[in-house]
Amino acid sequence: MRNALYASAAVIALAAFGTTAAFAQSRDTIQVAGSSTVLPFASIVAEEFGAAFPEFKTPVVGSGGTGGGFSQFCAGVGDNTIDIANASRPIKAGETEACTAAGVTDIREVQFGYDGIVFASAASGPDFALTPIQVYKAIAANVVVDGALVPNPYTSWAEVDASLPDQPIALAVPASNHGTREVFQERVVTAGCEEAGLPEGAPEDACTAFRQDVVVEISGDYTETLARLNSDPNTVGVFGLSFYEQNTDTLKVATVNGVVPSKESVVAGEYPVSRPLFFYVKGQHIGTIPGIEEYVQFFLSEQMAGDGGILEAAGLIPQTAEKTAEILAAFEAGAQ
Amino acid sequence: MTDTLSTTRQASLDRTQRIRAGLRRRHLGETIFRGLGLAAIVLALGFVALLFVDVVRKGVPAFTQSNLHLAVTFDPELLKVDPAPVRDAFASQAEYTAASLKWQRDVAMLNWNKVVEASLRAAAPADVEIDSRQILTIAETDARHDIREMFVADPSLLGQTVEVDVLASANAANWIKGNIDRSLGDAQQQLSAPARALIDAFVENGTISNGFAWSIFTNVDSRAAPASAGLLGAFVGTVWMMLIVIILAVPIGVAAAVYLEEFAPRSRWTDLIEVNINNLAAVPSIVFGLLGAAVFINYLHLPISAPIVGGLVLTLMTLPTIIIATRGALQGVSPALRQAALGMGASRTQMVFHHVLPVTFPSILTATIIGVAQALGETAPLLLIGMKAFVASVPLTPLDQATALPVQIYLWQGNENRNFFEPRTAAAIMVLLAVMILLNGVAIYLRSRLEKRA
Repeated sequence: MRNALYASAAVIALAAFGTTAAFAQSRDTIQVAGSSTVLPFASIVAEEFGAAFPEFKTPVVGSGGTGGGFSQFCAGVGDNTIDIANASRPIKAGETEACTAAGVTDIREVQFGYDGIVFASAASGPDFALTPIQVYKAIAANVVVDGALVPNPYTSWAEVDASLPDQPIALAVPASNHGTREVFQERVVTAGCEEAGLPEGAPEDACTAFRQDVVVEISGDYTETLARLNSDPNTVGVFGLSFYEQNTDTLKVATVNGVVPSKESVVAGEYPVSRPLFFYVKGQHIGTIPGIEEYVQFFLSEQMAGDGGILEAAGLIPQTAEKTAEILAAFEAGAQ
Repeated sequence: MTDTLSTTRQASLDRTQRIRAGLRRRHLGETIFRGLGLAAIVLALGFVALLFVDVVRKGVPAFTQSNLHLAVTFDPELLKVDPAPVRDAFASQAEYTAASLKWQRDVAMLNWNKVVEASLRAAAPADVEIDSRQILTIAETDARHDIREMFVADPSLLGQTVEVDVLASANAANWIKGNIDRSLGDAQQQLSAPARALIDAFVENGTISNGFAWSIFTNVDSRAAPASAGLLGAFVGTVWMMLIVIILAVPIGVAAAVYLEEFAPRSRWTDLIEVNINNLAAVPSIVFGLLGAAVFINYLHLPISAPIVGGLVLTLMTLPTIIIATRGALQGVSPALRQAALGMGASRTQMVFHHVLPVTFPSILTATIIGVAQALGETAPLLLIGMKAFVASVPLTPLDQATALPVQIYLWQGNENRNFFEPRTAAAIMVLLAVMILLNGVAIYLRSRLEKRA
């Protein structure tokens, strides 16, 4: 027993030593976090990067939403902060300020392609052909009826517009930690709100206040939205185009403004609810953490994010080669 | 006279009846209580059975994988690359390493998909019509890495044909196993009609066969090649964490309990400490995660996503459990044992370490194993210290990035390819449950064995 005690004491001392030794050791794995939309693409690139570059370790990719990614990214400079933040929207001024305050001054934006946001419902249900104004009218807390702002009276999609199915309104949207939410807000809700023509003197949040009884905010991944649809087949969910494409057996997609969401319609600019995807690189970590530049180049290479590349197979909508070349040049030139 | 007799008889009859009624009531009460107890047990077991049946029913299919047996030709026409550098041609080891790395990168940049496609076409029936993109959806995307690694390991394969087993893609596996409804129309299917037909032809001619999915145990997680996603990385991450928990929590916990129970003077302070330890045991695990993120990562600058931080956080969580259990065990030791030891002239330290602790050993061991099993299944604190990241490598040290088994379940649960990952998630749950049952089994076995000895 006494021997065991001495052994334990030795082990504790050793563990303490190991802990201090860790301070000195510099990280040699690229650390990425952020948008759950970008996560599948970034994970694939990370894996392929590890396989293609034997001298670098496979980067580690975390999620947490675009906002969560930026808050980790802007925590400071050093081994225990992430190197790259994935984002499904451009960085906000407030986030840049937070970054600067923490000493993260060299932020390099890299756009690598597009994603579309789709409205999808259970495959067994009726078809939906939505327009932004219909979605806005279905979910806004207050809507305009006869020129006055009244509490939302609609209970079924058919009441919003006769062309829609007679199905109770229920919409699962991503919560505000997701970049998807912003695109949804901007391209669908705000667009619909403007079209609806609010009366003079309407409160400022008239465009952004949702009815809590029909709108479910999902803070998790799209699988959570899918689970919501499975438990209540009347729900219409907001998904990424790539997620929908992987689950066409259970989901049915709605058209927006009469356009069927697809890679082609997004690239052509016909489908309104699409957005560019980004990742942000901490310039100060280039040179300290090995492989960051190579990772960026590899990510933007034709075999990954290019036309016909691996990411396209995973649902990314590639941007033109000229655009990619421009972005890569800007990245290599340094801080903007 | 007869009157008095009959009243007495009447009275005794009444009494008997009263007693009988009372007895019936008491028996009824007992029957009801027993029935309720039994119902509670049946209900609890029923839920456990439901859970197990559901998980096993979903998970078992994931333990079969679809293999593609291909004859891969390393065609020099497709693989235009300089010969591999030889050590003798270089003056120093460093130059050779640089040249070798450059060569490996050149090899990696070759279009290995062409090689995969050629071997798939070679296996297909002659009259099949399918385009490149469609045919490549049949093999998992890591097939080209497997083949490339074979070539890097043995560059002399150029021009030769080798039999290789690669995995069929996740979508192909879904089609073969019927995870996706086979009657759905083209628009709702993941694979194109020619690819589905070719898969069926491959199953027919034996190119595709099903086998036990060793890949679950031997591979790390993968998103690029979902069919090859395995638990090895998460398992090793969990093992590292549990080692740290055992190494730190057991000695510290037992020492703390022994000191508090045997040496510390009874005072307000020790009472306060005792109350706080009990409180700590009830603190939700996510709070420990926040603490870990603040102290170990932000203040001590330990690496994020590393098992060492996870291990330390879980140690904090497990400590109260071990301290409380050890104190309980120490309190249970008969005073006669202590007095006998002291009476024979042993010091208090000798009394504790020679006589008291050995008796409590089985209880401490059980408490440790149960504490570790609890820590094994803990997920919430790990999410907060970055251990839910996607890690595609096996952590070689506790300082490397890793995930853990329960976190892997969480990650797979969120994967986009629902048809493939729902069974995989259940399979991961089965592995985790198996490890837990094993640990608890060991605890029970050791306890009964050691108690007999003691």
